Amino acid sequence: MAQVVLDGVSKRFGSTVALDALSLTIPDGAFVVLLGPTGAGKTTTLRLIAGLDQPDAGAVLMDGRLMGQAAPAQRNVAMVFQQYSLYPHLTVEQNLAFPLRSPLSRLTSEQIDRRVREVAEMLQIAHKLGNKATALSGGEMQRVSIGRALVRNPSIYLMDEPLSSLDAKLRADLRLELKAIHAGSGATLLYVTHDQTEAMTMATHIGVLENGRVTQFGSPRDVYENPVSLSAARRLGQPRINVLPADLFGPAPPNARWLGLRPEQIRLGQGQDATVVRVERLGDQTRLHLVFRNHDIVTVTDAHTALVGGEVIRIEPDRPFYFDASDTRLI
Amino acid sequence: MAQIRIENLHKSFGDFTAVQSSTFSIEDGEFFMLLGPSGCGKTTTLRMMAGLELPTSGRIYIDGEEVGMKPASQRDIAFVFQMFALYPHLNVRRNIAYPLVSQGMSRATVRQKVAEVAAILGIEHILDLPVGGLSGGDRQRVALGRAIVRQPKAFLMDEPLGALDAEFRERMAQELRALHDRMGATTVYVTHDQLEAMQMGDRIAVMNHGVVEQIGAPQVLYDWPATMFVAGFIGSPPMNFLPGNAELAAGTDHIRIDGHAFRIPRTEESAHGALAVGVRPEHLHFTDDAGLRARVVATEYLGTTQIVALTTPLGDLKARVSSRVDIRVGEAVGVQLDERTLTVFDVASGRALVSAANRGVL
Repeated sequence: MAQVVLDGVSKRFGSTVALDALSLTIPDGAFVVLLGPTGAGKTTTLRLIAGLDQPDAGAVLMDGRLMGQAAPAQRNVAMVFQQYSLYPHLTVEQNLAFPLRSPLSRLTSEQIDRRVREVAEMLQIAHKLGNKATALSGGEMQRVSIGRALVRNPSIYLMDEPLSSLDAKLRADLRLELKAIHAGSGATLLYVTHDQTEAMTMATHIGVLENGRVTQFGSPRDVYENPVSLSAARRLGQPRINVLPADLFGPAPPNARWLGLRPEQIRLGQGQDATVVRVERLGDQTRLHLVFRNHDIVTVTDAHTALVGGEVIRIEPDRPFYFDASDTRLI
Repeated sequence: MAQIRIENLHKSFGDFTAVQSSTFSIEDGEFFMLLGPSGCGKTTTLRMMAGLELPTSGRIYIDGEEVGMKPASQRDIAFVFQMFALYPHLNVRRNIAYPLVSQGMSRATVRQKVAEVAAILGIEHILDLPVGGLSGGDRQRVALGRAIVRQPKAFLMDEPLGALDAEFRERMAQELRALHDRMGATTVYVTHDQLEAMQMGDRIAVMNHGVVEQIGAPQVLYDWPATMFVAGFIGSPPMNFLPGNAELAAGTDHIRIDGHAFRIPRTEESAHGALAVGVRPEHLHFTDDAGLRARVVATEYLGTTQIVALTTPLGDLKARVSSRVDIRVGEAVGVQLDERTLTVFDVASGRALVSAANRGVL
């Protein structure tokens, strides 16, 4: 496993700037999740590390070694994509063993068998080893493609939305499995996703990407509780953070343009009147859709609240965030 | 607008039973969800309401009129698919106007109706654009516009948001629900996503293997599931089960599972054999003196709350607690179950036993 460094990396595609002097250090053994909207540069970052694309400027280093123009095969990285690409004519076992049979790996048949079995057990597909890849469900196929990355011992695993085509239950299972695999193996992982739950639950570090730059890098708790910008604050939190004019509830600090309120930053039952528009019962919690001085606010309350649409409730900010006109966090 | 009633509706494809004898009513103006995993029969049920499939047996009433064997064109409903098909050579206005023009409505009326619909959906500014260059959200709005403009008796929607990414889906779900609140049209909506169903629906019918397992308001299904399937399908993480062999007499208010005693809502029926106590993750509490001992195997930080995975002598459990609680992997804790919220299930049939707490629902 290795530390991976991106140093001032830029990449353009025609007139589009995909990465803009991006710098990022992925510590050895870290599980880094890149989070950002479509077009922020997440996938481009993965592809540059893998050697599938070359940067226009800047450098990629693995354990201090400059990668330069090195081809993907020379970089010792393992990639998992959203769309699993298995060899349909091979069995699960043959698919898993494939990367180990490459002339570069020099393993004996016994070593390969042992490794394949270990990984198959870890991913709970050992009973399917003899099946043809095409005779598997979607979830099983994605496990096999993750397994095909895991049988190797690369410098870094690169994963591009590997769970996004799976159903909710399976995603939840695989989230825990991937996290356990990471914890047990000390592997370095760079993982790209749109899904904030994946980022929050698996990452040791989250990198927030915006317009080709890393705007914040820290633990999930740090990014959630202490966002540096409005865009970082918007990436995490369900329901999403409420963004309101800074002086909506009263005087704001100098230069503040926006007030940011997560549900836990809204005190219910005191302060000023807001109208309940809709009560959304999600089981473990209830979301209140409020209107306060013509602004929509969404917050969370007890599952069994007696509130109904049309009622008035008092609300008050509690240690809110403030952002300036350039979206930078002030307080 | 309309009430839709399904009576003993049954559908087989050869040997395969897609829908088994369902009976239920969807009230006028209701936003009704058909929820279940793939293959559960929810889409087949919707397609029978639409007239895209004919039932093998049973009846479908729209506003009291039996329509089961009538073709889709005679039912006055609008169907919205996951993959919204727009006419690529027509602009937005003409796409929305199409159903009216093909009915032979006058140009002035068409113009006025399209303008009304565009205002409802907030797409007045794109009416004269070609549909080719539109974003996914605007395409979806145009498809909705085309469904709304006819003012049908009901809207039937088959996973209309299924193809959208998570962020956008959340926004469209809110828009759709707000649209429904403005128009009050009877809507039947098929989804496999329990959160979408909870967020949008007035009532949910949970289906599995062609059978409607339970119908009710979202919070009712969450709190008092009629079956283990409903308990497991709704909620994320799902309800925990503590299984074991037990003896339960009617009128008792506690249960012993493998030597562990739990207080439960007073039962109204007796049972014995393989039973399971069901408890939601947020109803597990950590206290030092609780009899059930557990070890923390993982924590998942979610911002406001965190999910704590536990191993116990009665199996693996997941708890939801505030993120402010400091809890570490490897730690030993005592686990208490909130006795007011528990449901006992008969494992063989999967059925919830009737108790003082859930009898009003089951």
